Amino acid sequence: MSMRLATGGRVIDRTRPIEFTFDGRVMRGYEGDTVASALLANGQLLMGRSFKYHRPRSVVASGAEEPNALMTIGKGGRETPNVRATEQLLEEGLEVRSQNAWPSLGLDIGRINDFGARFLPAGFYYKTFIHPRPFWKHVFEPFIRKAAGLGPAPTRPDEDRYEFTYDFCDVLVVGGGIAGLIAARDAAADGARVMLVERGPHFGGRAVIDGDVIDGQPAEDWVKAVVQELAAMENVTLLTRCEGSGVYDHGYVLCDEAVSGPVRQRLRRVRAGHVIAATGALERPLSFAGNDLPGVLLASALRDYVVAHGVSVGDRTVIVTNNDDAYRTAKVLIEAGLRVPAILDARTEVDSPLVSEVKALGVDVHLGRALAKVLGPSHVSGVAVCLQAGEGAVMQEISCDCVAMSGGWSPVVHLWSHCGGKLFWDEERAMFRPDPNRPPTGADGKGFVTCVGAASGALTTAEVVASASNGTPPEVEPETTTPIAPVWIMPHGAGAKLRAKMWLDFQNDVKVSDVRLAAQEGFESVEHAKRYTTLGMATDQGKLSNINGLAVLSERLDTPIPQVGTTTFRPPYTPITLGALAGEAKGDLFQPLRQTPMHDWHVEAGAYMEPVGHWRRPYCYPKGRESHAQAVEREVKTVREALGMLDASTLGKLLVRGPDAGRFLDMLYTNMMSNLKPGRCRYGLMCDENGFLIDDGVVARIDEQTWLCHTTTGGADRIHAWMEDWLQCEWWDWKVHVVNLTEQFAQIAVVGPNARKVLEKLGGMDLSAEALPFMAWAEDELGGFPVRVFRISFSGELSYEIAVAAGQGRALWDRLMAEGQPFGMTPYGTEALHVLRAEKGFIMIGDETDGTVVPQDLGLDWAISKKKTDYLGKRGQMRPEFHKPDRWKLVGLETLDGSVLEEGAYAVARGTNANGQQNVEGRVTSTYYSPTLGRGIAMGLVARGPQRMGDILRFTRIGKEPQEARIVSPVFYDPEGEKQNV
Amino acid sequence: MLILTCPYCGIDADETELAPGGEAHLKREGPDSSDDAFEAYLFARDNVRGIHLERWRHAYGCGKWFLAARDTATLEVLGTYSAQTSEPPAEIRTRIQERQAR
Repeated sequence: MSMRLATGGRVIDRTRPIEFTFDGRVMRGYEGDTVASALLANGQLLMGRSFKYHRPRSVVASGAEEPNALMTIGKGGRETPNVRATEQLLEEGLEVRSQNAWPSLGLDIGRINDFGARFLPAGFYYKTFIHPRPFWKHVFEPFIRKAAGLGPAPTRPDEDRYEFTYDFCDVLVVGGGIAGLIAARDAAADGARVMLVERGPHFGGRAVIDGDVIDGQPAEDWVKAVVQELAAMENVTLLTRCEGSGVYDHGYVLCDEAVSGPVRQRLRRVRAGHVIAATGALERPLSFAGNDLPGVLLASALRDYVVAHGVSVGDRTVIVTNNDDAYRTAKVLIEAGLRVPAILDARTEVDSPLVSEVKALGVDVHLGRALAKVLGPSHVSGVAVCLQAGEGAVMQEISCDCVAMSGGWSPVVHLWSHCGGKLFWDEERAMFRPDPNRPPTGADGKGFVTCVGAASGALTTAEVVASASNGTPPEVEPETTTPIAPVWIMPHGAGAKLRAKMWLDFQNDVKVSDVRLAAQEGFESVEHAKRYTTLGMATDQGKLSNINGLAVLSERLDTPIPQVGTTTFRPPYTPITLGALAGEAKGDLFQPLRQTPMHDWHVEAGAYMEPVGHWRRPYCYPKGRESHAQAVEREVKTVREALGMLDASTLGKLLVRGPDAGRFLDMLYTNMMSNLKPGRCRYGLMCDENGFLIDDGVVARIDEQTWLCHTTTGGADRIHAWMEDWLQCEWWDWKVHVVNLTEQFAQIAVVGPNARKVLEKLGGMDLSAEALPFMAWAEDELGGFPVRVFRISFSGELSYEIAVAAGQGRALWDRLMAEGQPFGMTPYGTEALHVLRAEKGFIMIGDETDGTVVPQDLGLDWAISKKKTDYLGKRGQMRPEFHKPDRWKLVGLETLDGSVLEEGAYAVARGTNANGQQNVEGRVTSTYYSPTLGRGIAMGLVARGPQRMGDILRFTRIGKEPQEARIVSPVFYDPEGEKQNV
Repeated sequence: MLILTCPYCGIDADETELAPGGEAHLKREGPDSSDDAFEAYLFARDNVRGIHLERWRHAYGCGKWFLAARDTATLEVLGTYSAQTSEPPAEIRTRIQERQAR
């Protein structure tokens, strides 16, 4: 039974008790406890259930690598699932809940999966659930979803705040153990701007726990002094609870900082000249049968719990190891008054001072021995001992309630590897180490990450300090150790039955037998074996399991470990919450909003707004209890019969000027723009080099060297960049410049039979058909406002688009609205705009075009110059594909019963294609109810459409029988264009 | 996350300020081009493991296009230069040759 020891615990404050709940039960811990240490102190060894077999689990580690003890912390808007209990600091009133157990942690029905474990080997899902297909969806999947899983995602909006910071430093040291402290001190002494980030709440790392002596002082005192020294330096920033999560190109490092206060997490985006990874090493578990039972944990983790938190996991601990380090745990346990009945050392010869010291304390050290299996059933009750060299014949059983295991150490090379740093296999130390000759390289082609301390492969404190210092390292007594014996399964000759109980990946329930099965079935690449077995794919990303797993694979394939290689290390080191990654970019701050000068008026008028790119535009202006459809119908009719006003300010307005501007526009547009007369307007199309239509709009020639190009609302920035690209990168000797004036002008469309009357009422300029005919523009004064008036129409009505300086937009809008009242003025929105243009058969970029449509498909041949030798898209349009007779081309569509076709509906053709799918011969691109005509109208692209006028097609409807529609001209209203030309 | 020096405004621009534009020094093929030449211009791009000449726009900065010589494997930047040229300047050419000789 785990418990709080009477004394000890260097990070806890016994004068400050804290109350928290676990699965609703009230428990007590101390300030400085983690959830894991506090649960152990309360005798709560059982902390979770495994993912697949729902086996009972407790902590196996004490830090970031913990695979088992994942908890849901908090509730409501502050709930976080899958938090490692080993790292969550205890807080007053903290609500902690266990996960993946139903109905409760102690009584878990999913455990049945464990008894059926031999039916659930690696690849089971892939093999079993393919057939019969409907079974997957209705039978297997719902069951598996309920049985497996981590903590459920919170359902309430996150109440916490998150923020980003941007930090810059010459040297970023990740890891605040003694290696990191030495490296930071040395770099700071050279005058560099240094950031030191430590993921835990304390500096000093393992040296403090293990009681090292540095410069003649206890490590604890030495660390305190160095931290004080660094904190006093202006060029040093020290951060705890801040993880160096990922290293990216050119010295970009993401650090995830836990913060107390109104902000919960801070994502630090650091640009570092050089990164020093002092990230330490992780102890490896040993693979013996029953190594996942509660009470079996890493030897170093047990040390942490005893020394740092003053808790024990059991009274009698059997230690099983293949290296010297675990002997430290024996010392710590005996000093704490606990018993170590035996140390099982897989090595046959051991000769080190540390081992002798432990023997002198009266501990039985059994050499050449292995742990045959852990005796359970639900937690450790003893161990069976066998020879490491044998097959597992039990020689002896030892009663105990805790097993501490050590399979050696793996340097934490993640930050070295994220950007491509290479590793080498050190046979003698049985570990992958960073290869200093093949570092990740930066912009200058030189390495920008260095590993120091245990992360570089150093094992003893003397090696650690030597590797970290670039000057004189602190003085540390050298240590004599006996080398590790690589032991990948225990015992060496374990049979199938034992191998099926040796866990490699605790969280994903991957065993030695699964990896061997993967190899046997041909998944020989480490990347394939990983995906087939899910080894290392859990939230711990295989921190404990990867090396053991690939060693098992290597043995099974009879291929040396370096040839098998490792899987790829990818950031982040531990999971980062989505809240931290989003930072402040949520809700209203998710993205910038663009508003026209008349925006507030629309909102006050009750407009229903819709997003158009980053803009918000009025969709319609419902009056009283009108529905949106009714509002649109009224707006359309009013425009056709009287007068309407549209905020067209979002239209792109690009000013193109210079001696070569005409020549430039002739290349950009499919038709001629150079011969446009000042004072006149012309509609133009732009294509990409494929020949596809990308934008359209009206171009006005301002003067000899100046054109004003209107683009679509969504196209303004894109087309501006498009023009710049050609001017800067292709025709850089042409004398042209482009200015995006979109936001400099407000633009108001005044549309309808009464349009001229209201403008004349404002007065100040001649608006007669003679002075300002269709497709002309004039610069003048209107009601005292300096304006440009363009007589262009996207509705087929008499229409003026009036541009005014943005600052005067609202005033002009108000004035027109007031003066327009006697003429029946209504504001109208984007939906009425669409209906009006569709009734006239005008195309809309993004409706009639989708990036695969050339202007010729849309019957726009009239807007393509035959005279010009070149324009962007001309060569592309010459390709035979676009000249095939069965090309889908634009037509109008009229349902036989007057109903409205569905958006995106397909015209059904006879037969099926090679994949057995229904053949189609066209599709709807725009479809509306036309208030003017009192029935549904649509445009669509139909195979040989223009030659099939009068034909009747059948269009799909979701969940209903197809709908019949006749092919007609796309111009439904005023085909002669008389109304706009008055 | 790369850092490239914009040759126009001289700023060491973070990748978030930049927009990529693909391979540099493409020759435009117009209406007179053969099918093969036009196809190559539209679609054929080198996917180099090694030194790549590429287009970047300082989109959230001065707005100018520039070109970069960058090793796609080591991320070493051998230099950035004006977009108004049909080949890298002599200094960068020398650096590329030195690198390729190694």
